[in-house]
Amino acid sequence: MDVLKEIGNIGAGHAATSLSLLLDRYVGMLVPRVSIVRFESLSDCVGGPEQVVAAVYSRVSGEVSGHLFFLLSVESAKKMLKNFAGLDVAPGDAYSEMERSALCEIGNIMTGSYLTSLADLTKLTVHPSVPSFAVDMAGAILGHGALGYGAVSDCALLIDTKFVGGTKEVDSHFILLPDPESFAPLFGALGVRIG
Amino acid sequence: MMSDNMIKVGMADLNVAQTGGLKTTGLGSCIGVSLYDAKMKIAGLAHVMLPSSELARDTDFNPAKFVDTAIPELIRRMEVLGAQLRRLEAKLAGGAQMFAFSEGDVLRIGPRNVETCKNLLKQFNIPIIGEDTGGHYGRSIEVHCDTGIVYIRSVHQGVKEL
Repeated sequence: MDVLKEIGNIGAGHAATSLSLLLDRYVGMLVPRVSIVRFESLSDCVGGPEQVVAAVYSRVSGEVSGHLFFLLSVESAKKMLKNFAGLDVAPGDAYSEMERSALCEIGNIMTGSYLTSLADLTKLTVHPSVPSFAVDMAGAILGHGALGYGAVSDCALLIDTKFVGGTKEVDSHFILLPDPESFAPLFGALGVRIG
Repeated sequence: MMSDNMIKVGMADLNVAQTGGLKTTGLGSCIGVSLYDAKMKIAGLAHVMLPSSELARDTDFNPAKFVDTAIPELIRRMEVLGAQLRRLEAKLAGGAQMFAFSEGDVLRIGPRNVETCKNLLKQFNIPIIGEDTGGHYGRSIEVHCDTGIVYIRSVHQGVKEL
């Protein structure tokens, strides 16, 4: 578990630095939470299955594979667009094409930082897919990452790192759900033996 | 909608009720299968993840995870309460593709869930009298025992009734 925490720590540490640069303000992070959660509790860390979140999603493939989600509250996403991208943002749940692609780009930079650190730490190859963006119920979004677990268990392994800043607008989560097939290479690369 | 007395059905879970109703939240590519016996006012609801139990790696799995095991189990549980197979009617919701462009088989899970449900319900001779499936968005659903009405809520489309 500590090893997995380290993955969250290092990955998100670099991502937090990227976010700080993007927003031109301090972004800190909490100690990553590594948990094995039942499917129905996947979204508890962001407020439950019906909580509406903005998500930038990347499928990760390579020697380590999984699903990586950068999740923001709807308000945080809007604020980020205004502060960082300088866009004139309309309130509400709707996002224009321009806003979606700006958020995808922010997500892309963050995901890149996270995965580069993961690859450096483990010396394993990881490739992110082109990111896609959705604003929807957290349960529906994170459920997507749990599909691969369905065949093997009733729980999923979730590495959750929460970002915090001086102000509420950077509150966000990085959530990595490694594929079950990746446990062995992941632990192996980090020098942990699993039975 | 949104009445009290609702039994919560989690992800990869199913349940039956004779009073009040059943609800499940945050369906993405998962599918919500609602069965109803109008005479007995018995409702059943399953929140299913994957199309086929052939995907399961071992034999001791939760039947509510797979379409081909969840539907028979749901029927069985309803029959225990007094429902009859020949009276059952089905409504389907969910089976979306949450992320439009991603590679691999995982991404077709939503539509495959819908397809498998339809095939299986046909084998059981259960008519599908309402459906709100597909698209790229999440849904929450409620089924009410007294009417059999299924309410579907989504973030961008408001409330629908089946």
